[in-house]
Amino acid sequence: MIEFQNLTKYFKDFCAVDNISMTIRKGEILGLLGPNGAGKTTTLRMLTGYFRPDSGTIKIEDFQMPRDIIKIKSLIGYLPESAPLYHNMLVYDYLEYIAKIKGLHDKEARHDRFLQLSDLCGLSSIMAQPIADLSKGLKQRVGLAHAMMTDPEILILDEPTSGLDPNQIAEIRNIIKTIGKEKTIIFSTHILSEAEATCDRIAIINKGRMVADDTTASLKLSAKQSSLIKLSLKGTLLDDAKALLENIDPAIKVKNIGDVKNIETSEKDIVSFEISSADDEDFRSDIYLKIKETDWIIIELAKESQALEKIFQELTREVRDETN
Amino acid sequence: MRQIKIIAIKEFKDYFISPIAYIVISLFLIVTGWFFFSTFFIYGRADLRDFFSLLPITFSFIIPAITMRLFSEEKNVGSYETLLTMPVSFTDIALGKFFAATLFTASMLIPTIAYPVFISFIGEIDPGPVIGGYIGAIFLAAAYCSMGLFASSLTRNQIIAFIIGCALCFILTILDKLLFFIPEKIISVIEFISASSHFSNISRGVIDSRDILYFISVVVIFIFSTYIVMHEKN
Repeated sequence: MIEFQNLTKYFKDFCAVDNISMTIRKGEILGLLGPNGAGKTTTLRMLTGYFRPDSGTIKIEDFQMPRDIIKIKSLIGYLPESAPLYHNMLVYDYLEYIAKIKGLHDKEARHDRFLQLSDLCGLSSIMAQPIADLSKGLKQRVGLAHAMMTDPEILILDEPTSGLDPNQIAEIRNIIKTIGKEKTIIFSTHILSEAEATCDRIAIINKGRMVADDTTASLKLSAKQSSLIKLSLKGTLLDDAKALLENIDPAIKVKNIGDVKNIETSEKDIVSFEISSADDEDFRSDIYLKIKETDWIIIELAKESQALEKIFQELTREVRDETN
Repeated sequence: MRQIKIIAIKEFKDYFISPIAYIVISLFLIVTGWFFFSTFFIYGRADLRDFFSLLPITFSFIIPAITMRLFSEEKNVGSYETLLTMPVSFTDIALGKFFAATLFTASMLIPTIAYPVFISFIGEIDPGPVIGGYIGAIFLAAAYCSMGLFASSLTRNQIIAFIIGCALCFILTILDKLLFFIPEKIISVIEFISASSHFSNISRGVIDSRDILYFISVVVIFIFSTYIVMHEKN
């Protein structure tokens, strides 16, 4: 269990983290979201003991920071942002150094762990390469192996997928999900879909303040569900279609049908629209019925949920307005 | 203790992975060898006095080059964060790096053992001052390494770390040559602070506990200062 109360950190006059409190239970995967410079990394650095908070308390399991800092450090596996490693070392030498410093003194146990980790993180082919020659994704994997070296109870990952290609992102996500079944994981990201896909719980930080903290599901529910309908039509002209769609509103007597925007003709005879409305109601059937009256062909009619994006934008914007 | 050893071994190996070690060792051997042997046959004395008397000056330029990367490089690359979030204390890190640098400097002195061996063929050499000289050299190296380590902990820029390290070592080296400018009352104090006066005592073969205590104090003061810098910067 990780518990921190009223954490605050200043860099000279700039308040990077402002009075954040939180309790993270064992086995939870927590996604720390926020725009760039929101204070995510600073928060994680305080939890790992790299930064000392200016005020506030951190308690991990039964240990208190800074009194039991060495014990806390040995409980945590940490992957810093962009995995800073020793570039002049070989991957194997690096892992051996980390293993020794983390207390894996028995040679056989170390060797077994290396085998497990190289399977899990896909390192077997690069063990004898210098770290400086590795691509960013491979470095990230070495960093992940470093963090998981002693099979720690708590994993803290700072933007583990930033700068990776889609396949690598999926791999890292899978790793997080696999180990997240037994371990507590905190990871920061500014990619919302990533948090949505992997986390049980999401905390949003903006300008150093915690603006939301809830389970992923209830956070999505609490958003003012605005629907975004994507519609593609064939066999019509742009203006005709636009006029017809805009006419739905008075016909079915609903306010705020939203404006028809982002009009693009991707192909010669296919017109696509994004119809957004601030209302909860789903206008898809109305749209369908209206179009059925014509001889147009519906290529696509789909509702896209943008709950998390919406929440994120609202929360991070609100605070910006307040501070202004 | 174990952590210190692991860090020291890693840092020591690091020197030999990069070309720095070989460049610094070559430079050191060329400079000391040249200055020593260029006058050796003129004086015709079978001892290493000139070699040892040059050491404080050469060390004050060579050792900062060895120590400059210890913290600066880690801070620059970001691996400092990795290091600090592992189960090690500031003391482990500072001492580990200090021992690695001192050990490296000591290993740099090993090839110079060829000098007394060579001299013993052409003349009668007194082993006392030679052994004393090497012991003194290691103490001197330790003191300068601690200062270089401290300089490196101050900045993420290796060049700045090198210059600060040089300045610190150089001041301690030439302090006893500046006594001329110093008021009479504090001459003895300044002389005591100077590293070269203590080193010259040991290199004459006189191992005095005051000199040893002096070098140990310098090491302790600067490692403690490094600890404070680490603590304050985090």
